[in-house]
Amino acid sequence: MYGTLWRMLPGPWPVKVLLSLVLVVVVVAICFLWLFPAIAPYMPFNGNSVQSGLPFPGSPTSAI
Amino acid sequence: MRRLQWGVRTLGEVLITLGLLLFLFGAWQLWWTDVTANREQAITIHALEKGFGSPGIRERTAVAPLATLTKVPFGEAFAIMRIPRFGADFARPVLQGTDHDTLTNGIGHYPGTVFPGQVGNFAVAGHRTTYGKPFSNIDLLQTGDVIVVETKASYIVYAVNRHVIVTPDQVEVIAPVPQHPGVRPEQAWMTMTACHPRFSASQRYVVFAKLVKSIPRASGLPASFMAVPAGTVG
Repeated sequence: MYGTLWRMLPGPWPVKVLLSLVLVVVVVAICFLWLFPAIAPYMPFNGNSVQSGLPFPGSPTSAI
Repeated sequence: MRRLQWGVRTLGEVLITLGLLLFLFGAWQLWWTDVTANREQAITIHALEKGFGSPGIRERTAVAPLATLTKVPFGEAFAIMRIPRFGADFARPVLQGTDHDTLTNGIGHYPGTVFPGQVGNFAVAGHRTTYGKPFSNIDLLQTGDVIVVETKASYIVYAVNRHVIVTPDQVEVIAPVPQHPGVRPEQAWMTMTACHPRFSASQRYVVFAKLVKSIPRASGLPASFMAVPAGTVG
């Protein structure tokens, strides 16, 4: 997987290293800005409020 | 054989990637959410303070000094909570609603419970960990500790009465008379809920506070209420 990716990157190895770093930053940014905020409400450790019926997370009114 | 080798290697790489993603999620949840939420909440506090005006300016505006809140749109900030036990400059916005997004932006007011200073129960929820963790030290609150809720009209001073640890379905803690559902309230209470234990959602740490007095904004808040109690850590 990573070997294939490495071979697909153009240029000599310093360029490949630089491009790899850029890709890593892009992936981390996507995770921090969109992916993680989207899945956080469904995590089983996010909950501060009391409510009848749905004591467990995943419910819309839960938040730690 | 080559195929098998390739398969095993790819599987290994996928698993390593998933592990790294999990680690990244941990870093985001435990560190990054605090960074962004603290920044957002400080901006909200600044805007609220500007909107409320200073006591001197207030006297010249048309707002009645004891005007009470009746309705606030969902998700909107309407008050500032100050807790001297958590530090002299501890100030967090209070917003309408207790859903995930609202609690990310500050302390959330349970819709349907009364507003600050009114007879009944002004109930709020806040994060114990992550997202700026406004109620991180809720377990340090002691009986008699002052909590000031600042609105456009007044400073509402509460004093901590007691705490309980309950399961998340025990909604009687936010009843008009806390823990006595169905009883007609005669006093003004405040209930604060946060998760318990830390980093878990299995229980709720709940603090009850009782109204001490409401002070019109024009009169200013006596400094004695903001004095940091002795023995405060951090």
